[in-house]
Amino acid sequence: MSYRNDPYDPKQVAYLDPAALDAAVAEADKAFAGAADPDALTQLRHLHLGDKAPISLARREIGALPPAAKSEAGKRVNEARRQIQDLFDARSAALAAEQEQRVLAEERVDVTLPWDRRPRGARHPLSTLMERIGDLFVGMGYEIAEGPEAELEWTNFDALNIPPDHPARGLMDTFHIAPEGSGLVLRTHTSPVQARAMLTRTPPIYVIAPGRVYRTDELDATHTPVFHQVEGLVVDRGITMAHLRGTLDHFARAMFGPDARTRFRPHYFPFTEPSAEFDIWFPEHRDGPQWVEWGGCGMVNPRVLRACGIDPDEFSGFAFGMGIERSLMFRHGISDMRDMVEGDVRFTRAFGMEL
Amino acid sequence: MRVGLSWLREHVDLPADISAADLEQALVGLGIEVDSVADLRASVTGGLVVGRVLTVEELTGFKKPIRFCTVDVGAANGTGQPQEIVCGASNFAPGDLVVVILPGGVLPGGFEIGARKTYGHMSAGMITSARELGLGDDHDGIIVLPPDTTGAPGDDARAIVGLDDVLVEVEITPDRGYAMSVRGIARELALALGLPFRDPALVPSPRATAEPAYPVDVRDPIGCDRFAARAVRGVDPAAATPAFMVRRLTQAGIRTISLPVDITNYLMLELGQPMHAFDLDRLRGPLVVRRATPGEKLTTLDGAKRTLDAEDMVICDDSGPISLAAVMGGETSEVHVGTTDVLFEAAHWDPVMVGRTARRHKLFSEAAKRWERGVDPALPLVALERAVALLTTHGGGTTGDEILDFDAVRPRTPVDMAVDLPTRRVGVVYEPARVVGLLEAVGCTVTVDGDRLSAVPPTWRPDLTDPADLVEEVVRLDGYDKVPGRLPLAPAGRGLTDTQRRRRSVARALAETGNVEVLSYPFVGTPALDALGIPDDDPRRALVRLANPLSDEEPYLRTTLLPPLLATLRRNVGRGARDLSLYEVGVVFQAHAGAGAPPVMSVDERPADSVFAAADAVVPEQPWHVAVVMAGEVEPTGWWAGGRPATWADAVQAARTVLDTAGIPEERVSVRSAAVAPWHPGRCAAIAVDDVVVGWAGELHPSVVRALDLPKRTAAVELDLDALPAAPVTPAPRVSGFPPALIDVALVVGEGVPAADVRQAIVAGAGDLLESVRLFDVYASEQLGSGRKSLAYKLTFRAPDRTLTVEEAVAARDAAVAEAANRFGATLRGA
Repeated sequence: MSYRNDPYDPKQVAYLDPAALDAAVAEADKAFAGAADPDALTQLRHLHLGDKAPISLARREIGALPPAAKSEAGKRVNEARRQIQDLFDARSAALAAEQEQRVLAEERVDVTLPWDRRPRGARHPLSTLMERIGDLFVGMGYEIAEGPEAELEWTNFDALNIPPDHPARGLMDTFHIAPEGSGLVLRTHTSPVQARAMLTRTPPIYVIAPGRVYRTDELDATHTPVFHQVEGLVVDRGITMAHLRGTLDHFARAMFGPDARTRFRPHYFPFTEPSAEFDIWFPEHRDGPQWVEWGGCGMVNPRVLRACGIDPDEFSGFAFGMGIERSLMFRHGISDMRDMVEGDVRFTRAFGMEL
Repeated sequence: MRVGLSWLREHVDLPADISAADLEQALVGLGIEVDSVADLRASVTGGLVVGRVLTVEELTGFKKPIRFCTVDVGAANGTGQPQEIVCGASNFAPGDLVVVILPGGVLPGGFEIGARKTYGHMSAGMITSARELGLGDDHDGIIVLPPDTTGAPGDDARAIVGLDDVLVEVEITPDRGYAMSVRGIARELALALGLPFRDPALVPSPRATAEPAYPVDVRDPIGCDRFAARAVRGVDPAAATPAFMVRRLTQAGIRTISLPVDITNYLMLELGQPMHAFDLDRLRGPLVVRRATPGEKLTTLDGAKRTLDAEDMVICDDSGPISLAAVMGGETSEVHVGTTDVLFEAAHWDPVMVGRTARRHKLFSEAAKRWERGVDPALPLVALERAVALLTTHGGGTTGDEILDFDAVRPRTPVDMAVDLPTRRVGVVYEPARVVGLLEAVGCTVTVDGDRLSAVPPTWRPDLTDPADLVEEVVRLDGYDKVPGRLPLAPAGRGLTDTQRRRRSVARALAETGNVEVLSYPFVGTPALDALGIPDDDPRRALVRLANPLSDEEPYLRTTLLPPLLATLRRNVGRGARDLSLYEVGVVFQAHAGAGAPPVMSVDERPADSVFAAADAVVPEQPWHVAVVMAGEVEPTGWWAGGRPATWADAVQAARTVLDTAGIPEERVSVRSAAVAPWHPGRCAAIAVDDVVVGWAGELHPSVVRALDLPKRTAAVELDLDALPAAPVTPAPRVSGFPPALIDVALVVGEGVPAADVRQAIVAGAGDLLESVRLFDVYASEQLGSGRKSLAYKLTFRAPDRTLTVEEAVAARDAAVAEAANRFGATLRGA
């Protein structure tokens, strides 16, 4: 603020009078209180704090006072001016708040309007489950191994101790790739990834292999020609069936809760010996807690180790595998295989991004 | 295999009150899968009694034969008067003993039997068939009880028909042929329950005689390493199969045929030894056992005329092949209605041969199933002894003294194993004595030498060949449930590979931007490719074909994700969905033309790297692709405003999302106009990274939309994820804190000039001060002149080290415009 240094004229010394200053403050207070909105208040600012305002005129009169009086008069004016400024600020803040309240009330919307403006997408639950299983084992130090879906018969069968005329080949209804004698099949299980892992890695081997597999079953409520498995393989020194059991118990608890546990039943797989099928105690089953068949497992058959160039006297290993569809079905109470196959968005969207 | 507990009890003393659960547990614990345990005692309630048919009146005037019968049921009906029953079967005559369920009884499945009027007569009760009683699938007629039935009219019929039994149905794994018999199952039950086992094969049986029962020349001792035979002559051709045998065969699901044939089937069930019964009078000259000559013909018992393969084994007489060995007999030599002289054959065949023959001729007979899984080669003489005894007992006749036994069975090779191997493999401490004891319980003959043992497996366990097999026997008998759980300590892993992480990120990003993931079948047919308009010389026609597709319509594997994905889109549309955006991340299959067959690889040792690489080179390429298809509104109409339909631009956007998520910097991506099927030639973008095309995006060709019956203007994108370069390590940008200078320019160019090119010119011309360029409007009008369009850009200029002056910013803008003018004759709009 700048002040003109007017020549001294004692007649004008009127505003400095304390009563006059008090009156100026009171007047400003009254005027500010009467302002209905911030705009009106702004209009009043000039009258009470501007150059021609009584308080400004009072300041100008200080120059006319004798030097001994100037200090006290200055204090008085400043105090009065501060009071008016404070009154203005307070009123300004109050009016701003009032106005905001009004605007907020005016801007009120119905927040229950539907929020489907950006339609949501979804992962397929089979993909999510495979990734989840992969993550669990990666967390344990395993790596995710992969292999082709159109696969050599040798890796799908021969290397796994399933020679051409083995009855086990007959049990796995195999898609063969033309022409006859191509030596190629659509892999019937994820186990060929075992063979590839052993051919391309050196022990210790800890891998998990989720993937797509094929059998010549027609699609119905419980079968599909294209489905998914996850295979685990460990080859290391001193690996025992107890390690297999411990790993599957851990897996079961991670997937199905702390009360889950496994049960082994002797079974036959050419690529493992001893072999077992394993069930899981699933407390959350929709039909009540019960044992559910989960997958197959066993100690890697030394013949398989040998075919893949690993000395069975030095190393032993275990392998396990289970169906992803099956796991998803009992974990989520899905009763028809076709729901997971047909790609109906209503089914898939229900699962969102995680399981 | 289905067997009654009463039969098993003949060989193992099962507790009288053993529960179904305990029985199942005992079998499952040893690796025999139990399909069902059915207690027949509870399956039929009410009066089920023996009845004697007194009179039969054929009722006429109905669509099928109907009989009105009176049946003597003794005092069981409370009156002692004959029971009047209407019956639809006609395989019985007055005097026959039948099984009657009286009113008030309930059959399996909850069928209540009452007295009701039918076909004009009161029918009180029912004469039952085997199937109605839940005893098998035989519904060709009602049960006519054999004449030797011990029951009289009115007696409870349950014990007589086998309804006093518990039926166990088990599934046998391919390694345990021995368990496909009463002998094998009883042995396993005895092991599981710690009970003594009475081996039905331990009957004394005479050895071969100098004179054979019939002249036989076994010419292939590999395919047939044992062939034994005995004859019975003078059998009563009318002799009926005894009731107990009929009952047990019925329970097993095997139909009765004739006494000699029923005996062979009965012994196959009891011992596990498949046999054959020839009619001696129908054999012409000596028998020869040999491989078939290719093209030889044989009509098997099922009436099928079969052309034989050089690997098939046949039994021949002078007339040629009379039996497809081990799998099925032939018509000409079979026991028939008038047979009096029977030659029983019990042999041992090569399991691999039988398996191949069964598959070749699609003849998975009960015999073939057993041979393939392994049959005890020590059984033939035992089986023959039992067969001739049963036949002479129930059919009369005399057993010949001569016994043929060609025996080329090689002795079992002992399996050598470290005594502590089971402990080391299982993680349970098995003391040496325990190991030996368990192996002996299985039937092995074990000798221990220091820390090693040698086990000769029993004849019925051809599956025990390796130390690992013995380990399994030890842990199996000791109990799988005793194996504790321990976590192995894996070495530090490296996490997901870059490509694995990329696939996941892409899949997730697409889902997060509103697309729904699909996992479709990869099967396609050429019509689907035709519908997409894919030309004949397109690489997407390099199809991998299946030799045995599920459907002849779709014998190939996809080379593009689009056909199955579009089919899924259509299925959803068919179910009422309108706004759809589906994606798939999956492999496609690309045939290697003329790849040939992979080299033969042994399994006795690791294949040489070069050999495996040569084999792998035959495997079709299977790159990972990603595809998105979209139809309807990508943003729905709603309370906010009208919706926005999915267009070619959304497909290009999806491609951008994929590349961005894959870590490909924007400046390495280019989008070019292209004309590739199945896209609209004017609305197809080739997406390139470092100028290598990695896929296409845009609106589908209208003819494709029509051919596949898709929603109008369906858009699609497909990219080859494996063709993308590795994501670079991103250099951090320098973020300038100085204020930007913002300038808009509108450039008028020919309508055919791609916006991407104009942008490139701006970037090139503007120099380093240009921070960003954003096209915010595309506009065409008469004022601009026909064939012209206006592209309006927001340019942001900024210097890293100072506040730009207006003059600097304008100079950079002018340079950008000049470059666009230079390249495309662009003019400033309004200038």
